[in-house]
Amino acid sequence: MEIPYEVSARPDTGLYNAKIGIWLFLASEVMLFGGLFSAYVFLRVGALPGYWPHGFLNVPVGFVNTLVLIGSSVTVVLAWASLKMRRFAQYKIWMGITILCGIFFLTVKLTYEWPAKFHHFGAYIKPEAMAKYEPYLGNNYLAAKKLPPRVEITGDVDEVALADPNSKAYVFKALDEVNADPTNPASDRPTFWQRPVVEKELVVDKADVQYASMFYPRHSAFFSAYFLITGLHGLHVLGGIIVFTYFWLPVGANLYKRNPEHLANRIEVVGLFWHFVDLVWIFVFPLFYLL
Amino acid sequence: MEQTPEHSHSHSHAPDHDVAHHVDSHVKGYLLVGGLLMFFTVVTVWLSFVNFGSQQANIWVAMALATFKAGCVAAIFMHLKSEKWTIYRFLLITVVFAFGMFFLTALAFNDPIRLN
Repeated sequence: MEIPYEVSARPDTGLYNAKIGIWLFLASEVMLFGGLFSAYVFLRVGALPGYWPHGFLNVPVGFVNTLVLIGSSVTVVLAWASLKMRRFAQYKIWMGITILCGIFFLTVKLTYEWPAKFHHFGAYIKPEAMAKYEPYLGNNYLAAKKLPPRVEITGDVDEVALADPNSKAYVFKALDEVNADPTNPASDRPTFWQRPVVEKELVVDKADVQYASMFYPRHSAFFSAYFLITGLHGLHVLGGIIVFTYFWLPVGANLYKRNPEHLANRIEVVGLFWHFVDLVWIFVFPLFYLL
Repeated sequence: MEQTPEHSHSHSHAPDHDVAHHVDSHVKGYLLVGGLLMFFTVVTVWLSFVNFGSQQANIWVAMALATFKAGCVAAIFMHLKSEKWTIYRFLLITVVFAFGMFFLTALAFNDPIRLN
């Protein structure tokens, strides 16, 4: 059955049906991500000084992933252009590169970035115990420089001791540099290259801690927003990869043989979705990784 | 509504020369915009480590750059630069509602009812 205006433009709107459909869908996506970014702003502005984690994400990795995603936006528009010029072999190459870029992006996120967070630990110190841990927090130094206070000790924790319900302390095997050397001016602001943890043991009494967790979503409003937004964004990337792969396989070739303009339109529609995914990441990267 | 027949070239495997030429003339532009977006990503990272006096100032600078980059993606890659009015109408309504949603968040910070 032929669906009217599947390929050609409707006379009243000047657009083919699928294009109207994808733009309506993208409008709903703007509201979805807009709501999440709005929640992010609400949580961030409302956070008490020192309680919005900063500098825990790997900037070089996020930077490379951003370049890869931008690159994939270029290759997908080139794939569409190849179809409009009826160069199917060229389309296959550009689309193949787009799929590889998407897979690279997701692989980095799921096998490197997220797992690294799941093995990093943070303990928020109670206000009354801050003085006891001053050598690891450096708040007098920060106050003198009019910088926000440091309220958390972070690093690699002894996970065996952590699993013991009778343990009365958190045993850090290594500390992040901001806690190992808190009065070092180099730690005043996050840096591009993530600094390695420093082999320095510290035992923090559980009685002195108001809250402690691995860097899971429950760790803080920051990580909750980070995992939710990057997770939802990752699902969009996965959706894009699946549809691109579908049209890269023989399904695409068969459709091209039947009606090349039909395939070009399908790629334009999925491409619009992919560009939107790129557009969302353009805001995610600075908000979470840099600021 | 009467249906119009598809254009004869849509089923053709030979490119419509006007369309092909039009698309081909845009390819360089796509590559240029891609390069520009990558360049501004480098600038965004660099500026985030420059101290503008306050964290808030850094956020405004980064968001201005991100908005410019997003505008490039929307205008060039998503062809919004020369799209039909139907799409612009959809997006206009979306922008109004999106700003409304952010405005509601802003209202929460000026809530006169306080617990203490």
